[in-house]
Amino acid sequence: TLRVNGTTRRVDVEPDTPLLWVLRDHLGLTGTKYGCGIAECGACTVHLDGEAELSCQLSVARAAGREITTIEGLSEDLSHPVQQAWIAEDVPQCGYCQSGQIMTAAALLSQNPAPGDDEIDRAMSAVLCRCGTYQRIRQAVHRAAREAAR
Amino acid sequence: MSAITKVDRREFLKLGAVAGGGLILGVYLPEARPTTHAAGPFQPNAFIRIDSDGAVTIWVGRVEMGQGVRTALPMIVAEELDADWASVRVVQADAHPTKYGRQGTYGSTSVRGGAWLPLRTAGASAREMLLAAAAARWDVGVSDCRTESGRVVHDGSGRELSYAELADEAAEQPVPEDPHLKDPSEFRLIGTRPSLVDTPLHVSGRSTFGIDVRVPDMLHATVVHCPAFGGSVERFDAAAARGVSGVLDVVEISGGVAVVAQSTWAAFQGAEALDITWSRSGFSMSSAEIAADLERLTESEGAIARDDGDAQTALAQATRRIEATYEAPYLAHATMEPMNCTADVRPDRCEVWAPTQNPQGTQAATARITGLPVESVTVHVTYLGCGWGRRSSTDFVQDAVETSMKVGKPVQVVWTREEDMQHDFYRPTACHRLEGAVDTRGRASALRLRIACTPISVRGGGGSGVDRNSVNGAADMAYDIPNLFVDYCRPDIAVPTGYWRSVGASQNTFIVESFIDELAHLAGRDPVEFRLEMLGHRPRLRHVLELAAEESGWGTPVTAGRARGAALVENKGGLVAQVAEVSLEDSRVRVHRVTCGADCGQIIHPGIAEAQMTGSIVCGLTAALYGEITIAAGRVRQGNFDDYR
Repeated sequence: TLRVNGTTRRVDVEPDTPLLWVLRDHLGLTGTKYGCGIAECGACTVHLDGEAELSCQLSVARAAGREITTIEGLSEDLSHPVQQAWIAEDVPQCGYCQSGQIMTAAALLSQNPAPGDDEIDRAMSAVLCRCGTYQRIRQAVHRAAREAAR
Repeated sequence: MSAITKVDRREFLKLGAVAGGGLILGVYLPEARPTTHAAGPFQPNAFIRIDSDGAVTIWVGRVEMGQGVRTALPMIVAEELDADWASVRVVQADAHPTKYGRQGTYGSTSVRGGAWLPLRTAGASAREMLLAAAAARWDVGVSDCRTESGRVVHDGSGRELSYAELADEAAEQPVPEDPHLKDPSEFRLIGTRPSLVDTPLHVSGRSTFGIDVRVPDMLHATVVHCPAFGGSVERFDAAAARGVSGVLDVVEISGGVAVVAQSTWAAFQGAEALDITWSRSGFSMSSAEIAADLERLTESEGAIARDDGDAQTALAQATRRIEATYEAPYLAHATMEPMNCTADVRPDRCEVWAPTQNPQGTQAATARITGLPVESVTVHVTYLGCGWGRRSSTDFVQDAVETSMKVGKPVQVVWTREEDMQHDFYRPTACHRLEGAVDTRGRASALRLRIACTPISVRGGGGSGVDRNSVNGAADMAYDIPNLFVDYCRPDIAVPTGYWRSVGASQNTFIVESFIDELAHLAGRDPVEFRLEMLGHRPRLRHVLELAAEESGWGTPVTAGRARGAALVENKGGLVAQVAEVSLEDSRVRVHRVTCGADCGQIIHPGIAEAQMTGSIVCGLTAALYGEITIAAGRVRQGNFDDYR
């Protein structure tokens, strides 16, 4: 039994199955992406009890009983300040890594509401973007911080 | 959309009323716009639909991989149509051999390669038909009416009608012979920055990439390919793989061995448990051997790619000359979304969902593999998690189609990152030997460049003479050097190579520009002035270089420990100059700032253009500072983002 995006979901899988694949292949939550499978790219980032976690490294057994939030559950209507900032800055290019970026940024801002450039770079460097959207990611994190503080 | 029967005048076709009313226009999108069309069946390939509910739907035949076509191409139509941008809906077209023109999305061709005028003409034609419909309804002259943001307005009487109200009547109007196109000074949408149409989907996790396709009864699979290039399956033992929970089947396909399972994870686990014996491929080279092979080739003459003046004599007579050898490694595309494809092959038809840069090639390949006629193959194009040329190949499509044929069910094949890294079509490897000289006045007087570069094998290999891609960005360099000689030597290496973002210009620009800098240094000249002097005949190139230099503070003192360098490129219609401010920290290059001047002609959406430039700077730096695929015993050594970036 998993708590995902505020609802309880039941899955029948091997306990060592990474949460990533349970989300994608069993629960139909494909917003969380596979990029490397070895904790190098961050595309699979979700929130576990509000903190950023790599779902490719997290067994479903360890995720049980925790509050899991995926990109689909960040907001129902794109109203989360990070999503709003991402739209305002038109951050995505191909878009593939962006759910990982957004989940990482949202977790950063929940712990550090006004991060500086260095803090943003440090946190966001966990998520690889081969399109190279890093400049706008940084701008968007600043924007989200500003908007959330209003 | 299939009931297209009639050609209306030049290249336009009116399809009349659609279900629920409205206007549809098809427009022929030739690659190079001919002035007249040969007789023959008309194949419209861009579509606009104006529904009586006011929605303007624009079909996009090209594919979206972050470069912004799904926003930029509709903007072109909407501009001339004077549509209300908020009412525009974008539909991704399925593959069709002819309907949407060339759908292959590579080579920077979507806007540049033909869409610009035809899409404008399509929008302008629809606009004039709407104008005519309104004028007829009001019984006034067309010239007394104007359009504005989805409405026709008659200023004399203050009346106005929305396109929605006019769509049915507009469909009855004749298609204009020669619709009026706006002067660029009249553009209201082109050149602005509307929010990209795909952004809301991407930030909500609802955009469907190839890997996100979910089809009823779909099985998940992965494929293990022969690690060494050219090898194939000799035999395999699937017992352990079949023992993995969730694994349903193990089948051999032409690309290797496919493990079919209830989930991707189970398929990955099953693939790890496979015991495969591969045939010896015969290819067992290492990177060092490949590099030596290329360097040896540059010792003898190649096919001549450029021969201005007499470089041989000029170099022999020069007093100040330098030589250099540059090598460029293989690079992987390493798209964030690994190769994948979903196929549902039935006896009489096949449906494919593919993150492909090559919809028509995907359709043709599927028809060939299945033996089905092309019209029985439907190819849906998904979002692409990066492309850069990798997804112009159809090898991953073949994996999915063959696997679905073997198991008789819809199958999604997803490659592991390691398979993706080790079975790419790599940016070719190259060895350049350069000799250059400067004259007494400090100008470049001669340059000789010999290029040994593996040709792109995805084209089929073979060939002789100059490989165009290998010399692109070198033989066509813009600099006016009186004695310039470029020749090309053709290696034959079994590592698969393909199109990698900007193709030959990726390594050739780096090498030529680096060597030009060495020449400037030899001459004791400022490297920007040195370049400008050789660009007297190229004002636009001079301008981007001057712009980048000025904006970067070129010529002003630089922070202690840092240095500036400039480079210039002209490729696929784009003119770009950059100044990088860098320092060395423990022999590692640290890039502090890059200033970019770019001239790519008419810009549709400045935000997209900026994103392409900032992204390509990151991409170029990654390639220059980190990217390297190495080969040992005929196979790629790197496997994931821990050893490749």
